[in-house]
Amino acid sequence: MVGVSLNGRRVEVREGSTLLQAAESAGLSIPTLCYHPAVAGGGTCRVCLVEEEGSGRLVTACDTRAEEGMAVRLDTDRVKEARRTMLELIFSAHPFHCEVCESNNSCELKKIASREGISGRELPFSQDYRPVVDANPFYLRDLSKCISCGLCVRACQEVQGVGAYEMKGSGAQAHPAASMDSPVDLSVCEFCGLCVSLCPVGALIAKPPLHRGGEDRAVVTTCPYCGVGCCMELLVRDGSITGVRAGVPASVNGYSLCVKGRFGLDFVDHPDRLTRPLLRRDGELVEVSWDEALDEVTRRLSAVVEESGPDAVAFLSSAKTTNEENYLLQKFARAVVGTNNIDHCARL
Amino acid sequence: MTNSISDLEKADVLLLTGTNTSENHPVIAEKIKQAVLSGRTKLLIIDPREISLSRFAVMHLRPRPGTDVAWINGMARVILDEGLEDGGFIESRTEGYEELRRALEEYTPQRVEEISGIPARDLTRAARMYGKAKRAAILYAMGITQHISGTDNVSALANLAMLTGNLGREGTGVNPLRGQNNVQGACDLGALPNVFTGYQKVDDVEANEKFSAAWGRELPREPGLSIVEMMGAAQRGDVRALYILGENPMVTDPDVGHVKQAMESLDLLVVQDIFLTETAALAGVVLPGVCFAEKEGTFTNTERRVQRVHKAVDPPGEAWQDLEIIAELARRMGYAMPATSAEEIMREIASLTPSYGGISYARLEEGGLQWPCPDADHPGTSVLHTQAFPRGRGKFAVVEYLPPDELPDEEYPFILSTGRLLYHFHSGSMTRRSRSLEEKVGQGWVGINPRDARKLKLKEGSAVRLTSRRGSLISHAHITPQLQPGSVFATFHFAAETANILTNPALDPKSKIPDLKVCAVRLERVGGGEGDAGATAT
Repeated sequence: MVGVSLNGRRVEVREGSTLLQAAESAGLSIPTLCYHPAVAGGGTCRVCLVEEEGSGRLVTACDTRAEEGMAVRLDTDRVKEARRTMLELIFSAHPFHCEVCESNNSCELKKIASREGISGRELPFSQDYRPVVDANPFYLRDLSKCISCGLCVRACQEVQGVGAYEMKGSGAQAHPAASMDSPVDLSVCEFCGLCVSLCPVGALIAKPPLHRGGEDRAVVTTCPYCGVGCCMELLVRDGSITGVRAGVPASVNGYSLCVKGRFGLDFVDHPDRLTRPLLRRDGELVEVSWDEALDEVTRRLSAVVEESGPDAVAFLSSAKTTNEENYLLQKFARAVVGTNNIDHCARL
Repeated sequence: MTNSISDLEKADVLLLTGTNTSENHPVIAEKIKQAVLSGRTKLLIIDPREISLSRFAVMHLRPRPGTDVAWINGMARVILDEGLEDGGFIESRTEGYEELRRALEEYTPQRVEEISGIPARDLTRAARMYGKAKRAAILYAMGITQHISGTDNVSALANLAMLTGNLGREGTGVNPLRGQNNVQGACDLGALPNVFTGYQKVDDVEANEKFSAAWGRELPREPGLSIVEMMGAAQRGDVRALYILGENPMVTDPDVGHVKQAMESLDLLVVQDIFLTETAALAGVVLPGVCFAEKEGTFTNTERRVQRVHKAVDPPGEAWQDLEIIAELARRMGYAMPATSAEEIMREIASLTPSYGGISYARLEEGGLQWPCPDADHPGTSVLHTQAFPRGRGKFAVVEYLPPDELPDEEYPFILSTGRLLYHFHSGSMTRRSRSLEEKVGQGWVGINPRDARKLKLKEGSAVRLTSRRGSLISHAHITPQLQPGSVFATFHFAAETANILTNPALDPKSKIPDLKVCAVRLERVGGGEGDAGATAT
């Protein structure tokens, strides 16, 4: 453990922690844009500046290691001034159409600006507008809004090991480009959507049908696709799923999901969903009441058992349903019908 | 998995075989890439097909499909020849070493090269890399198991791990990557013909009496039929009624032409599902259940971690909770299920299943728990077999190479392996109803090596007919050097062109898994006008 002083308060943190982590552990907040716990590094947006006591040096909290005896202040006039300048510079190239931006309610830049009392029009606005790239079914890229924080580039390279993006240009021209500046669809992108979930502004935007607007509540659950067991939050508004978010603490997947988990859950609301029991009459499946359907199953199952014995009945349970459902169905097969003819697609 | 997903980064060497991890377990693939990028872990891939993880690998050896026992035994032999075995582990934790050593003598790198096509020198290098690592973990999936020698392949891998002491510690192990979200749980909870929950055998007198007493009925003692056996029994008329919960064998099972005949021979087919799948469309009664977002429950992931599923939204229309459907049917058939809510059922599971004994909803709210978790104070088990194996000593199983059930010949000159794509899942009943996933990949394809494509005059996207002894389908060619000459690859996500029209239902005699990774097929270019994907059964 190392001890640092934050705003005059002594805080103990694990060795190797950053000043930002020290502040968070002490319940102190430092604004950040280019930093995210899912990705190493940061230090490019310079919004998280803090002032070292004594030297008066301004350092970035997100990538400066907490050293024993270090003392910093988080909210000196110099810190505030520097942060305001950084934000004003970002806004000088960031369009100010928040009311029509998909990320309006979740924009980190907007949140910090309002907290710091920045209108966004302190400096003259000058920007090259770039066309929105709509090159894949999962997300849009609107580089006009990009603040070149580099989170998408780092996430793709370091977390995903894919490298679909790289930083092109320098200074005000710096922007994340799909490799070879090609449309994303033609590159190596696997559409895991991590970059989209980390983008602090509206430069990377998930497309509908999933990911439409804000939520009333978030429900922690487990992804229904593969056996990795990623934890996720389903974002719900007005009784339907409006988005998916990772980052459940202590989950196997952390902030990551794959393309199916992040973008492929709209089957839940699909119009093909079965809503009433069906019974075959004269060769056609027709809707019937639950009572009728269950009576039919009971009558015919019982008849087969009576005529040919319990082993004339077989059950296929499911690797997609829950433990409890699997338990109940095998109990039904064994205790109610009296057969061990139960299996599922484990081998397929 | 004997070990945990978070363990992977602790391995010095990861041996991947029969897993195309980036497509099938993308987030585990991410962990593998991070381990490699950190510079700590070397990746060794042994797989017939080049995969996207290959570019992260130090070596990628490409055996002929279906020759796994040969190369695994060959690696074991090299390890012994070069003295890389862990004598201490063999002495204290295993038995049957001498028999294994003698059996391995025949698997010289030269002989393995003849069988598998892996150059002897490369096999030796790979064996050294695995054998010299302090911590080496094996990861595999259905490329290893879906063979008539599937059980032997796994035994051979286990031999390799035991010989080198790579079990029972972090960063080691023999780790199957389970395919579906809850395939581990379905097995754990007794949805298998020979076991109750927690792998308690139905023909074990004590276990049978315990469950008979708990459930208040005398329970059958003979193991039942496995999925592929059920289809045969249905066709013979021995099975007359089939009740299917959330499965779609008309797309996912081998030789679907035969599956269809089986379904049509039944007196009663009941399907409980969320969509009118290809299988439900054949049913006499269809019962609408609910999907994961509409129910409470638990799934158990590939690392044995039991995790909560929470209800987020209401089910559509009059769909019932699946538990309710089963309990109500039981009631109508004269059996009252005492526990019917998910939480109550988990309590019943815990009371009857030692490995789930300490699992409760209250604890799961704090995060997942890995079984075995025998009591309420037990923290769960991240690494299996740290002190001993379930049977005490680990037994080396002598396994010999046997060729696949169906080998290419003049009439059917290609080997077909089936598999999955990143953008779709299993029979596609969910992913094919996701707008974006379906827009990204809306049809299947047949992967073929450029050399073979030239011979057959195929271009990228050409319509191509695949024919096996069981059926025939039309798909589109995807030309890729990822496949070896003589091998083709197809998926089964797309019902109209599911590769299971072609596959061979020959089974591994022990595990009853079908040989989905090797069947013999013929390819023909389809002329203009007949380009639509579609199928005919022969």
